[in-house]
Amino acid sequence: MRHETRRLILLLLPAGIVFAAFFLLPMARLFFIGGSGKTGWAAYAAILTDSLYLDSLLSTMAVAAATTAVTLVISGVSGVFLQRHRFPGNALLVSMLTFPLAFPGVVIGFMVIMLAGRQGLIGQVTQALTGEKLVFAYTLAGLFMGYVYFSIPRTILTVMAAAEKLDPKLEEAARSLGASPWRVLLDVIIPGLKPAFISAGAICFATAVGAFGTAFTLAAKINVLPMVIYTEFTLSANIAMAAALSFVLGIVTWLVLAVARTAAGSSVAAAG
Amino acid sequence: MKRRGLFYLQLGFTLLVSAFLVVPVILSIMAGLTVNYFVGIESGLTLRWVMEVWNGYRDTIFLSIGLSLACLAVTLVIGVPAAYVLAKRQTALTRALEEMLVLPVAVPGLATALALIVTYGSLSGFRTSWAFILVGHVLFTLPFMVRSVLAVLSAIDLKTLEEGAASLGAGFWPRFRDIVLPNCRQGILAGSLMVVTLSMGEFNMTWLLHTPFTKTLPVGLADAYASLRLEVGSAYTLVFFLMIMPLLLALQAFAKPRSAKFVAEDAE
Repeated sequence: MRHETRRLILLLLPAGIVFAAFFLLPMARLFFIGGSGKTGWAAYAAILTDSLYLDSLLSTMAVAAATTAVTLVISGVSGVFLQRHRFPGNALLVSMLTFPLAFPGVVIGFMVIMLAGRQGLIGQVTQALTGEKLVFAYTLAGLFMGYVYFSIPRTILTVMAAAEKLDPKLEEAARSLGASPWRVLLDVIIPGLKPAFISAGAICFATAVGAFGTAFTLAAKINVLPMVIYTEFTLSANIAMAAALSFVLGIVTWLVLAVARTAAGSSVAAAG
Repeated sequence: MKRRGLFYLQLGFTLLVSAFLVVPVILSIMAGLTVNYFVGIESGLTLRWVMEVWNGYRDTIFLSIGLSLACLAVTLVIGVPAAYVLAKRQTALTRALEEMLVLPVAVPGLATALALIVTYGSLSGFRTSWAFILVGHVLFTLPFMVRSVLAVLSAIDLKTLEEGAASLGAGFWPRFRDIVLPNCRQGILAGSLMVVTLSMGEFNMTWLLHTPFTKTLPVGLADAYASLRLEVGSAYTLVFFLMIMPLLLALQAFAKPRSAKFVAEDAE
């Protein structure tokens, strides 16, 4: 038995060494470098005390929250619909909604430019209709659109998997008791999907907070935290500040995911 | 009657969402093949932009392919054994280890990349080689390999299978090779597809980790978007789509077939 434990440790060792050397150690170093700048450990407080960083933190959170809310509504409606109704083309729609799953952020940014950029479709359509060209790709609104684009595929997959496990008999029962479709939605379907919404929502939020590629493609002027970190690091060469900010950013995304996991887990237990 | 209306309302909505996702892809493919996108498709179709990308950015394509395969090799060698251990010993310690392994996915790539740079950036031989990017990609993709293999191993009765083999005299390593590995090949395949796809598209970390001599495909894309005309950026995106589409299709086909509980809809 002890022999076996030794072998298991041996099997775990390569992954452990890589992880410790290239993640744990560098993260610890990042933490200390964050406190080694001109302002010392106050750099960690600057995200709340310095209005420049606080503003970008707030707009990052706002975009992420809006992305999460809109993505959940869209994926909730379409995910449940596609799971519940069989019709010709259902599988095609599912593939169309999930194929951008692995598009990198830069490509998503370019998709936003194709839609809402200077030569984009929305600009052409609005010019033809109103004579005025609507271009919003290079703003926070464009970034928001990109994040929704990015989040729909993964959220829809989670919602569909959860909707598959919902028991249609519960809805039939509610309906036979006279509940309107609206009440069935509020009292049966949404509570049943709640764990999926929480975990998918947390992933949406964390990804939108930490994503960098889309903002990078759209404009350097978009004031979200990852862009600020990048600017501090490259243009200002303020490595300590960049380190402090990115460490805080990492803690935020990790916390959001950890809290959501606990919440989703407990509501699963409560429903069961 | 009312439910019929609801059905079409939802269908219309879903079609709109699909259009939102698909239309820009089609626009970009068209732009990459059009002589002048501003004038429109009337200006004619051309492969000129694709050739321009091929001549100028060929290296990024090869680097990305090589990098994703190297990443796959590393995650297989270190990830599959790790998943086996995590499946076999389910204690508080192994659960904590599993949680930790997922951290590089939860933490933004920008933070991981900065951490790697401040720690290993001064080793110039390492910093300027593609291995520096590989390290980042391995951290980011390893959880997907481990999780995917772990999911399969947790679903089968590993203990009974191994005990059976052991009672027939199979030692530890033969059991690992002949019982464990063949049984988790589904998970290995799914994990491998995921690792290659993610590595091919990784940008958040790679943008900070790359050097002018180690540009990957997404880094080249960002370059092209920023400095070249829309048609070239589109053509480059087209090349990327062509490379990643087979992987995505394989992933979709491979995902557990939906045994959908379709409600007998709109019976009335």
